[in-house]
Amino acid sequence: MEFLNALVALSNFVLIPATAYGAQLALGALGVTLIYGILRFSNFAHGDTMAFGTMVTVLVTWAFQNAGISLGVLPTALLALPFGIAATALLVLGTDKLVYQFYRKQKAAPVILVIVSIGVMFIMNGLVRFIIGPDDQRFADGERFIITAREFKTMTGLSEGLALRTTQGITIVTAVVVVALLFWFLNHSRTGKSMRAFSDNEDLALLSGINPDRVVAITWIIVAALATIAGVLYGLDKSFKPFTYFQLLLPIFASAIVGGLGNPLGAIVGGFVIAFSEVTVTYAWKKVLTYLAPEGLEPNSLVQLLSTDYKFAVSFVILIIVLLFRPTGLFRGKSV
Amino acid sequence: MTKRDAILFAIVAAMIVATGFIQSWNTALTIINMGLISAIMALGVNMQWGYAGLFNVGIMGFVALGGLGVVVTSAPPVGEAWAAGGLRVILGLAIGVGVIFGAVRFWNRLPKGRVRNLSVLATLVVGFFVFRAVFDPAVQAIEAVNPASTGFLGGLGLPVLLSWPVGGLLAAGAAWLIGKTALGLRSDYLAIATLGIAEIVIAVLKNEDWLARGVKNVIGLPRPVPYEIDLQNSASFVERAAAFGADPMTASSIFVKLCYAVLFTIVLLCLIWLSEKALNSPWGRMMRAIRDNETAAEAMGKDVKARHLQIFILGSAVCGIAGAMMTTLDGQLTPGTYQPLRFTFLVWVMVIVGGSGNNWGAVLGGFVIWFFWVQVEPLGALLMQGLTFWMADGSALKAHLLDSVAHMRLLTMGIILLVVLRFSPRGLIPER
Repeated sequence: MEFLNALVALSNFVLIPATAYGAQLALGALGVTLIYGILRFSNFAHGDTMAFGTMVTVLVTWAFQNAGISLGVLPTALLALPFGIAATALLVLGTDKLVYQFYRKQKAAPVILVIVSIGVMFIMNGLVRFIIGPDDQRFADGERFIITAREFKTMTGLSEGLALRTTQGITIVTAVVVVALLFWFLNHSRTGKSMRAFSDNEDLALLSGINPDRVVAITWIIVAALATIAGVLYGLDKSFKPFTYFQLLLPIFASAIVGGLGNPLGAIVGGFVIAFSEVTVTYAWKKVLTYLAPEGLEPNSLVQLLSTDYKFAVSFVILIIVLLFRPTGLFRGKSV
Repeated sequence: MTKRDAILFAIVAAMIVATGFIQSWNTALTIINMGLISAIMALGVNMQWGYAGLFNVGIMGFVALGGLGVVVTSAPPVGEAWAAGGLRVILGLAIGVGVIFGAVRFWNRLPKGRVRNLSVLATLVVGFFVFRAVFDPAVQAIEAVNPASTGFLGGLGLPVLLSWPVGGLLAAGAAWLIGKTALGLRSDYLAIATLGIAEIVIAVLKNEDWLARGVKNVIGLPRPVPYEIDLQNSASFVERAAAFGADPMTASSIFVKLCYAVLFTIVLLCLIWLSEKALNSPWGRMMRAIRDNETAAEAMGKDVKARHLQIFILGSAVCGIAGAMMTTLDGQLTPGTYQPLRFTFLVWVMVIVGGSGNNWGAVLGGFVIWFFWVQVEPLGALLMQGLTFWMADGSALKAHLLDSVAHMRLLTMGIILLVVLRFSPRGLIPER
């Protein structure tokens, strides 16, 4: 019984939140890694692309809510998601035409493109704050829980409750579907194959007649979709605040680099590595240990390795360790 | 400096003087003071990017460490807190450093294999718990000392001017640590690593209350210049102000700002003299040679890694000095106000717009961008009023547009950066 209680507490406070967070990071890191693989630079504007997509989704959600349209138990935001993706895709395609294309034609050094993306980051950040403001926005509606802690207790008779929020469930399901679609697309469709060829060897790909403009445009559209989905899932799970999205840049990049930049599978693994370490290191283990420890040996402190404010430090330390011992990441990404 | 550069500087000066006439001299002097500090930050970043091509996006962290330098040097010491746990905190930190050194030593000395991995891991894990066991009670004891007004160790109570080099040293120390681990990496990895370090520095400042009170802020730091209220109470000052036809309130505030401006100008001139000398010396040519072709420079026998570490430390130290100066100017350390867009990326805009690789360019960029950063808001407000004058008063859209003017700064900075990168990628005053 004690052991089961410990397991439930562990799932409730560590496993489920970390899985949901890991799925959000993985989707974000996939976007970063795709841009790195195809366009060959680290996109600092990715966090703000996520914020933009989420903002459009939030606005459309509000419009739907006012019009009385809803999805019943599911959040209305899911219905608004396609609009967010479309708007973000238009935005990034426009940015590419206006900004990035020039430097790509010039074959500018990757670091110049990074600086350019910082400029884009400023503009997107300004745009989002201009339209929706810098404050917290909540837009989750529908049923809040799939299982509440109380239901779980009465169901199992355990003294520990296990709550599964709808947003967490949606996050995990959506992430699985999106990742499956993406990998099917990359591995089996003609366009996906041409994208991989372009990423592996640009010259050979061009030689065999692959249209680079088309590959780049499709990459941006996929990235816009991934960024918007990641952003909306994160926003549903927590809340939407432009500055938080900007700060997500660090764990997202850490995930992509830990997995190996340019490697989609690595991005997913990286996302979960970062998320699980962040949550386990900053979780107060007292509750779980109290169940497990023998009588009289229960810990009297919180048994928290680091305070939650140091979660950036965790992703950073893992990043440094991986880079020192395996510079191309766990899954052998590319290094330009 | 060529004639063209001098004209550019004259234009910036004219813009600031115009601000003095149109808005107020107080505003103009505020812009000048922060402009001087921004110019120094831009100089530091220019050393790293312009001379050596190192992509550092952790400027905010070094600036904040400079601010911490002011607190540890010049804040009055809190004797009670030192008695409660001062030595124990130091012991704890020493244990922490010792553990890391021990682990690194094991890693370097022991032969490759399971024994090495296990002993390093064991050192780190055991060391962490010993560190927490020594450190935590001390921190609790210190933070319990009169938490509403102190609750931290305080500083050394030394003159505040001394804290500027101390701030530089703190930043240099951090830069050494980061450089040792991250400089071997590719440019975008270094960028992410520095971005992370900056966030960690801010997280430490926000959470370690024993060090600098965290988000409770350290206020009332000593000043190198007289206080306005003392000036207003001094008969001779009031008399002299009256001779200029100014009221004592405005005169005192302008006088204080002028004092700061003089101090900052001295620092800026010293730094720019040093950096010009360095850039035009064999050392400066070597740095640029390394930047332009690492392999060739290495073949000529230059130690690329050591030179990179050197310039990384120097540039970060300059940013630290600027951070210390800024905290002195504010008279308080407020960790909550450090934001990467303002303290890292804005400085980057200054360097790129001014002209990377040119010290005068960095200084010009510092002033120009700071001027726009301050003035975009009132200008944007005017523009918005113009654009929305036909809308009905009280309409939600009008109110929203007028409220959002504050966020136009970021938009403007992004557009300035992109336009300069596209049409004049070498900046206003290019490298020569």
